[in-house]
Order: sequence, then C-alpha cells, then structure tokens
Amino acid sequence: MAIFLTKDSKVIVQGMTGATGMKHTTLMLGDGTNIVGGVNPRKAGTTVTFDGGREVPVFGGVKEAMEATGADVTVIFVPEKFTKDAVVEAIEAEIPLAVVITEGVAVHDSAAFWALAQQKGNKTRIIGPNCPGLITPGQSNAGIIPGDITKPGRIGLVSKSGTLTYQMMYELRDIGFSSAVGIGGDPIIGTTHIDALAAFEADPDTDLIVMIGEIGGDAEERAAAFIEQHVTKPVVGYVAGFTAPEGKTMGHAGAIVSGSSGTAQAKKEALEAAGVKVGKTPSETARLAREILVG
Amino acid sequence: MDLFEYQARDLFAKHGVPVLAGEVIDTPEAARAAAERLGGRAVVKAQVKVGGRGKAGGVKLAADPADAVAKAEAILGMDIKGHTVHKVMLAETADIKEEYYVSFLLDRTNRTFLAMASVEGGVEIEVVAEENPEALAKVAVDALEGVTPEKAAEIVAAAKFPADIADQVADVLQQLWTVFIKEDALLVEVNPLVKTGEGKIVALDGKVSLDENAAFRQPGHEALEDKAAANPLEAKAKAKGLNYVKLDGEVGIIGNGAGLVMSTLDVVAYAGEAHGGVKPANFLDIGGGASAEVMANGLEIILGDPDVKSVFVNVFGGITACDEVANGIVQALALLGSRGEEVTKPLVVRLDGNNAELGRKILSDANHPLVQRVDTMDGAADKAAELAAK
Repeated sequence: MAIFLTKDSKVIVQGMTGATGMKHTTLMLGDGTNIVGGVNPRKAGTTVTFDGGREVPVFGGVKEAMEATGADVTVIFVPEKFTKDAVVEAIEAEIPLAVVITEGVAVHDSAAFWALAQQKGNKTRIIGPNCPGLITPGQSNAGIIPGDITKPGRIGLVSKSGTLTYQMMYELRDIGFSSAVGIGGDPIIGTTHIDALAAFEADPDTDLIVMIGEIGGDAEERAAAFIEQHVTKPVVGYVAGFTAPEGKTMGHAGAIVSGSSGTAQAKKEALEAAGVKVGKTPSETARLAREILVG
Repeated sequence: MDLFEYQARDLFAKHGVPVLAGEVIDTPEAARAAAERLGGRAVVKAQVKVGGRGKAGGVKLAADPADAVAKAEAILGMDIKGHTVHKVMLAETADIKEEYYVSFLLDRTNRTFLAMASVEGGVEIEVVAEENPEALAKVAVDALEGVTPEKAAEIVAAAKFPADIADQVADVLQQLWTVFIKEDALLVEVNPLVKTGEGKIVALDGKVSLDENAAFRQPGHEALEDKAAANPLEAKAKAKGLNYVKLDGEVGIIGNGAGLVMSTLDVVAYAGEAHGGVKPANFLDIGGGASAEVMANGLEIILGDPDVKSVFVNVFGGITACDEVANGIVQALALLGSRGEEVTKPLVVRLDGNNAELGRKILSDANHPLVQRVDTMDGAADKAAELAAK
C-alpha cells in the first residue's frame, strides 16, 4: 500500500516527447514506473525508445491512450500555455489521477480546470499544478522527485515545496517513505494537505506523517483543524517563510503574506494547537520525526 | 502585480465600466492644461499603491486650473506610508449621493472566485467586514459559468442595492467581471462605486491586481509594470530571469527551489540572533537545475548588493546532482572573474543530496580562498551569519 500511486499504476505522459518530458520519462522509467504511453497529437502512432530499450507508444489523446493501455495516471509536462487544455482533456477522459508538473499556470486556468473536475464529479484527482509530483519509493514515481534519495519506509510526506520535500526525504532516508506527495505552491491546487493527510491516515503502511507548508492562504490552518478531528497518527510539521515580507511573492505564486493573513507564525501556531510538533528548521523537523519513530 | 488607480481606471474604461474622465500627469505644470480639459474643477489624486491616501492628504479638490497646479505641486513628491508620489491623476468632479463597494477576487480557500458587494462603500472594506459583517455580501462565482445576468442580480440582491439603481449595478458587475476575466486579474475592486445626483452609477476609484503567470497571453501587461519603483537589484535580476526579492539584511542567499530558499532565510535569521541580529539580504531561487551560468548570474546580483557582507549558497542536489552543482559554483566564480567582477565577500556553501561527497570534494579541491564548505544547513547558516557580523 501507499497513497495515490503504486507499482500497479499505469502511467502516461502528456508532453512526453518534449525535452523536459523525455528527460523525466527516462528518470521515471529508471525508478520502476510503469509508463505505458505518451500523448502528443502530432506524433500519434509513433514509438519512443528509451534507455534500456523500453519502447513507449505515443497516442493522439488521453482517452485513446487509456483505451489502448488501461492507463490510470497521467503526468503533464506541457508548457503553461497549453496546460489548461491538457488537464481538461485528462478530466474529460476521466483518468483517475492527473499530476500537473508545469510551473507558471495562469490562476484563471487552474480555477477553470478545478471547476470542471468538480462538475464531472471528481472522477479525476488533480495534483499540482507547479508541483514535483509524487513518489512511492521502490514502486513508482510520477513526476520529477529524485527517485534515489530515499528508500521505501513508513513515513508519509505532503509538501507545498519540491526541494524541501527532497531535503526531508534525504534527511530521513534511513527510515524511508511510504509515499511523498508534492502538492505545489500555487494559489489554486488540486490535491491539498487535507486530502493527503486523510489518505495517509487510512494507509496501513504509513506510521507518521510529515507535513510541510509555507506562507500564503490558509491551507495549513485548515489542515490543522482536520488533524485535530481526524488524524490519529503522529504528525510532524514545518512551515517556511517566517522572514518573508508582507506583499511580496516568494518564488511560488501562492507564497505571499497579504496584510496579516497567510503568515508562517499563524500556521505554526494553528498546527501546534492541533498537537503537531513543528520544527524550527528542516533538520529539526527531521529530528522530531526520528524521535517519534525511532526514539 | 498591483496597478495604480489610473491604470485600473483605463482597464475599466476599456471594458465598458463607467468611469469619470481623468488624466495622469507627473509635473505640476501639466495640471493646468489637464484641468482645463476636464472643465476647470478637478480632483487631484496621488497615484500610490497603498490605501489611506485621502487621510494622508493625497487627494485634494482643485477649484480651477491654477489651483490644480498648486495642488499637484503639493501632492507630487509627497511620501505616503513610504511610497513617494511620482504621478497624480486629475479627475472630473462628481456629485456623489451614495457610495457603494463591489469587487471580484480569487477565493483561495474555496478554489473559486468570489464577488463581494456592499452598500456601505467609501471606507476600507476591511473595516466594514470587521464592524458590520452583515453589510458585506459574499457570493461565490463559478469559474466556468462566470457572472451571468442572473448571477449579477443575485449579487445585487444579496447586498441589498436600492431598486432604482439595481439594474445599473448589475450591468456594472458584468462589465467588471469582463475586466476580471479578460485581463487575468486576481482582484478587481471598485471603492467607491457611486450614485451621482443624476442617478448614474460610476466607478470612482478602483484597484486591480493582475496574474503575472498569465503574461503569455497578456502582452499588454508588461507596459503596466512600475519599472521606476522597482529596486534596481530586483530589476536587474528580473532582466536575467532570476527570481529575486531584495530584503534588508546582510547575508546574501542563493538556493534552489522556492521552499528551500524561504526556509534558508528563516534559518539564517534564527542563526543571526546569536550574531548581533544579522538577517538575510535577499530571496534568490535559481531553480532546480542550478547551472554554472545561472549560478554566476545569481552571484553577480548578490555580490553587487552593497548591504551583503557574506553569502550563503544552499543547494540540495536532486535531479541535478551535487557534483554538477559544485562544478557550477567553481565555474561561476571563474566566469565572474572573467567578467571583471571581483569576488570579495566570503561564501559559505552547503551541498547536500545526490553525490554530495563528490560535490564537496570538488569544492575542497578548487580551494577558493573565499569559499567555505559547511555540510549542514543549520551549521552553514550559522557560519554565514557569523561572517556577516564581523
């Protein structure tokens, strides 16, 4: 078990034939991901041969790829201009999981595809946009998280930040992870901290959850309220951006303190009030997780 | 990106939202002709991206063109909450009978859009929300359906606009929604929306914030940027495609990934508490790849900041392994030398992640006199803070 992604997941890649898509498809295959197809209407009917001789067929659309391969996950690398259309196509094909890696997606586009997913009855779980994707170490990798910095284990991780995810996975590599999910730092994202917390709570292979947040919005505060009511497993947290000035976007489009809302201090306090141990630095957060699991 | 009032007004006019005639000027002399064109009497309004300019004396009524020059002279150059007034807008005067409030914004919590409206406009809406929350109507707007005539009527009813102007306000709401959608806005706000003596509804003052991620389909938005106000280092970084924010501390920061860099700022600030309160000097995310050229560009910006006393390079090697990053740093230092940029400030480098040992060895072998290696983030932050405090 794991959350959202396992060795049985059949993965297609929208934008596989572009430079970024090719690079990361190669890496995902190396991590054991069962990649069954690529999508590019202009290259439909061709195949791409990857390192090790793995041949991956290219389909004209998501629906066609699903019918031919039984794919249940798509990883989307298409440029920001075309991201909305790609996600809409994935939602209309009712693929169960769409992982949107693309950075710089316009908020109106994210709002539109999120609304469409709702209207279609949430048949498609969206992760991202502007996220590193998710990995179930030793089983499958859907995105750009380095596959070789950790090993399978019993920690579940959910994070708005890519590199902080890697940092934490690396610091706790001796213990290992059930799944790690990078949900992205945009103002509108599909899967939230709460969705991942609920899934880890239900996952028998996860003993402890590490939750990484950052300034902007109130997702961490709402996650804290959820933890208080619904999560029985230990949760360790980290929040980035205590020193961020008000009104400045800090790299991620959603990472902004507006007036007195979205501050790191408020998020930390909300998490602590819900019984979450919050580390002052990433390393201290890793230590807190280690203490709980290993003693 | 937040716009000035006059820019918001231009966008309103472009999409049919009723506004008053106005002109923006940047010298007192220009106020005379502008006031004449507006019929003599005019309101002179400071153009600053901060609220409360009326109370600060940034909005004045000019009785005639000569008075407009005097008022413009008084307002231009004023400091309003740290913002210097470089431009003023002269606007037609209005016979105000009532003041209302309307806006559309992104509702992050519910992952949709939100309309807000109130018949108690003209004051800061946060105050209304605080003191009289039932006077502020909030209506969710579906991103796919938008503001239909029915939705506009729903907003008007929720805010209890008087019957005599209900249709006009509903029209304005639909026009304002067009601004919101067509311009890829994160916020469009009219405060006040006024009813004039003739019973007309007019947007008297507005605020617009645009989504910079939509630049690919909004070629006109670049011209709206206030390049003059940008910090010179921020402008230089932006020209090089770097994600940089100037802060007021002494430790220059370079890292890969927005979250890691935010975290680095925090860790440096904690470490700085033990070293006389030194703080991070900037946010700079060079992205996952961390190539030599990008590293060199980043270092150039940071070393060009006179406030910086030491530099902390904090990189986690993921897909781009640490040996490549270490080579990037060594090449970046050489590249800076060849550009004639002398590196004179100490650099603390922390590399962790894939091929960390190899990367650290490359740095040690290069033996650059100003580069120190510290292998943990907390330790490196402490060293960088200590060096900045010297």
